[in-house]
Amino acid sequence: MATVDIRNVRKSYGQVEAIKGIDVAVRDGEFLVLLGPSGCGKSTLLRMVAGLESITGGEIAIGGRVVNELDPKDRDIAMVFQNYALYPHMTVFDNMAYGLKIRGIPKPEIQTRVAKAAEILELGRFLDRRPSQLSGGQRQRVAMGRAIVREPSAFLFDEPLSNLDAKLRTQMRVEIKRLQDRLGITSLYVTHDQVEAMTLADRILVMNHGVAEQIGTPLEVYQRPESLFVAGFIGSPPMNVLDARFDADGRAVAMPGGAVLPLDRPRPADAGRAVKLGIRPEHLALDAAPGASSILVELVEALGADTVVYGRLPDGESLVIRMAGLPSCREGDRLAVAPQPGALHFFDATTGRRLGEAA
Amino acid sequence: MQRRVIFDNKLLPYLLLAPQVAVTLVFFIWPAAQAIWQSVHIQDAFGLRSEFVWFENFQVVLSDPNYVGTVKTTAIFSVAVTALSLGVALLLAVLADSKIKGARAYKTLLIWPYALAPAVAAVLWMFIFNPEIGSLGRLLNRLGYDWDYRLNGDQALTMVVLAASWKQVSYNFIFFLAGLQAIPRSVMEAASIDGAGPARRFWSITFPLLSPTTFFLLVVDMVYAFFETFGTIHALTQGGPGKATETLIFRVYQDGVVNNDLGGSSAQSVILMVIVIALTAVQFRFVERKVHYA
Amino acid sequence: MTTLSQSGGRRLIDLVPHIVLIVGVLIFAFPIYVTLIGSTWDSATIGRGNLPLTPGGEALVNYGQAWSESHGARASYTPVRVMLLNSLVMALTIALGKIAISIISAYAVAFFRFPFRMAFFWMIFITLMLPVEVRIIPTYKVVADLGLIDSYAGLTIPLIASATATLLFRQFFLTIPDELVEAAKIDGAGALRFFVDVVLPLSKTNIAALFVILFIYGWNQYLWPLLITNSADMETIVIGITKMIGTGEAANDWNLIMATTVLAMLPPIAVVVLMQRWFVKGLVDSEK
Repeated sequence: MATVDIRNVRKSYGQVEAIKGIDVAVRDGEFLVLLGPSGCGKSTLLRMVAGLESITGGEIAIGGRVVNELDPKDRDIAMVFQNYALYPHMTVFDNMAYGLKIRGIPKPEIQTRVAKAAEILELGRFLDRRPSQLSGGQRQRVAMGRAIVREPSAFLFDEPLSNLDAKLRTQMRVEIKRLQDRLGITSLYVTHDQVEAMTLADRILVMNHGVAEQIGTPLEVYQRPESLFVAGFIGSPPMNVLDARFDADGRAVAMPGGAVLPLDRPRPADAGRAVKLGIRPEHLALDAAPGASSILVELVEALGADTVVYGRLPDGESLVIRMAGLPSCREGDRLAVAPQPGALHFFDATTGRRLGEAA
Repeated sequence: MQRRVIFDNKLLPYLLLAPQVAVTLVFFIWPAAQAIWQSVHIQDAFGLRSEFVWFENFQVVLSDPNYVGTVKTTAIFSVAVTALSLGVALLLAVLADSKIKGARAYKTLLIWPYALAPAVAAVLWMFIFNPEIGSLGRLLNRLGYDWDYRLNGDQALTMVVLAASWKQVSYNFIFFLAGLQAIPRSVMEAASIDGAGPARRFWSITFPLLSPTTFFLLVVDMVYAFFETFGTIHALTQGGPGKATETLIFRVYQDGVVNNDLGGSSAQSVILMVIVIALTAVQFRFVERKVHYA
Repeated sequence: MTTLSQSGGRRLIDLVPHIVLIVGVLIFAFPIYVTLIGSTWDSATIGRGNLPLTPGGEALVNYGQAWSESHGARASYTPVRVMLLNSLVMALTIALGKIAISIISAYAVAFFRFPFRMAFFWMIFITLMLPVEVRIIPTYKVVADLGLIDSYAGLTIPLIASATATLLFRQFFLTIPDELVEAAKIDGAGALRFFVDVVLPLSKTNIAALFVILFIYGWNQYLWPLLITNSADMETIVIGITKMIGTGEAANDWNLIMATTVLAMLPPIAVVVLMQRWFVKGLVDSEK
């Protein structure tokens, strides 16, 4: 078990800078999820921790030891790959034991460790099978078993659930969570799936274009997104982002389409400023209160437990609303909607960074 | 093209390449270079001195009416072998690929001649067509046809063409079968539904879709006819009677080994190399195109 | 398609493919049959040209004599057991040697990046354009200068470089997933260990397929052994047969020649028939 310290880490391919200086200190036993769209650099960062990519700048330390120049095998990490990367010609047992054999661990101990991992992962019956004789979920478990038997300082997961179907993914997600709780091994987990990130992570590192947009607990990232990117990436359907402007004394904000929302906490410092206003779909309600906007309903999606309404503000901007329960409106209806108090997010119109709270 | 993930040992790759490179240098590059060197030199009678003579050896070779005759023989021989072995193989492959009973057995029974050496194939044919001991050879004579490939040049050429083609059919057959199996069933079914009969289906669908395979085999068969049939000719006719079955490769052997004319033989080797390189280049142009389609 | 051809009155037409195929099979089998039959008769019967179509009673005598004795009724030969051994050594050395040096050079080219990588690759590649027949005289000279005439080394090593096998292995290596290499690196396997533990076992099918093709290539060599072997002890069986035949006069030990021919055909045919599946796949793959 160990901390993983990533200090101002950079990666360039020729002139192209893929990772532009990332800092994060992963605590001992912590589950850190690297979340972002494809091409954001999250996998590259993980592979740099693993030693599969060279480090252009900065420093990575595992358990306090700088590993920049170490080979993957000397970093005391184990990795689980998206396509499992099992050795096709070896049995499940041999797949798990291979790394231990190379390290010269005595046979009886290999037996015990593999048996233990197989028990945890319920793979006992499959030890003599080849990977091709297993289902996707079972292969994924073997890949995790291979990591577990090594008893490493850190687990590295590279989109381990992406090749599974939706149902299996949910199930395996729960298993990974339980496993990590039980073993308490520091884990770095790369995914583009926000649900995985929200459910698994102690903290999430949201990445975009090689930059850390935000590092925080799942709730922090949800409740206080530090940038428009994070706001748009986390939450489903994504947050509504509208062009808005604070009024002259900073007591209200003018919505597109004419409605004016009073602020529960005035922001005199931002008086008259044009901003991006973010409102989560689940924080909008049908309400004829003062400041409510009128929308034209264009599409209603009944999901059972809740309903998503796609509407349009008078000036043409679209607005998504998520309501609990069954639909109470139809396409073509006009509705009055207003955000819940305190549920507004303000971002700088040019930088996209979150604006500080009102004093 | 290269893998993304590699190992970063410095010395190991050179060690791994060493045996192959050593053999290539000593037994391929060096002899080829020597052939080129010798092809532009003439050695004195004792092999002590050699003189640079530009393209004289080539001139001598190419202006020799015998050599021109050999080129002609080679051309007739290779075209005949290629056409015959391709045609028969295509016919058999199309039939064996259709959904008839025992298709598997036919396949096995048609594949094994691949294992025979060209020289052995020639010997088998001799057992049958030898005018004295061969049953068919004697039959021809008894029917009044004056058959003796050892004396009659045209008959000799026919014999080597038949023996060489007979051996090559199985190779072509294997590739045609693979090519046929790569044609999607649905295309044929669509054509059936469109009302195309078997013959029409073959000419309008099967044959065009097989053309990459056919073209590939065309080149391979040419190379086979040029070089590998040395054994066929050596075992059956020794190039004779006269020079009736002397092909280019047989002449290289004859001039270089039997007549010990190094310069002339080397010039011929260089000419052969040019031919092979041309054939290979043609083949790679075609492989590139195939990659495009894929 | 079946439904089309099953429609009434087409029975006869359905037979045509069978007839053509059977004729084809017979054309390929007939010479072999004649040889087999011939090897069971005495040489006089064959020499008269009246070879019956049914087996005679001389099989044991003929094969026994061809196998171990160094002379027939009319001339002396190298015994078949010597020639078979020579052919076997040649075919096996060429096949296994080609596979061994090709698989390691393909591994080098595919799994490492180093100066002159492509130069080496092209150097191996152009050997594709230089079949032994083309460079035969100068190669013979090199082998003679090295004192390798009449030796297994001279018989095999010059034929052992293989661009085709190298290309086939390289192509296969490029399909091994990157993640497998990375998993092995994390498991602690170095380049050699990965080769032995992962790449070799994964290449089994390709090796088997290549083995068939290269064994036959080696067994069927003609021009090269013709030049390199002078002594009777080094004669290969394919060469041996044509030497026995000589000019093809009627007065020959035909019974022995035919028995020898049968024995010369058996090993490669056995390899092809027994390993048919791998061989067909390997042949088609390696030429792609």
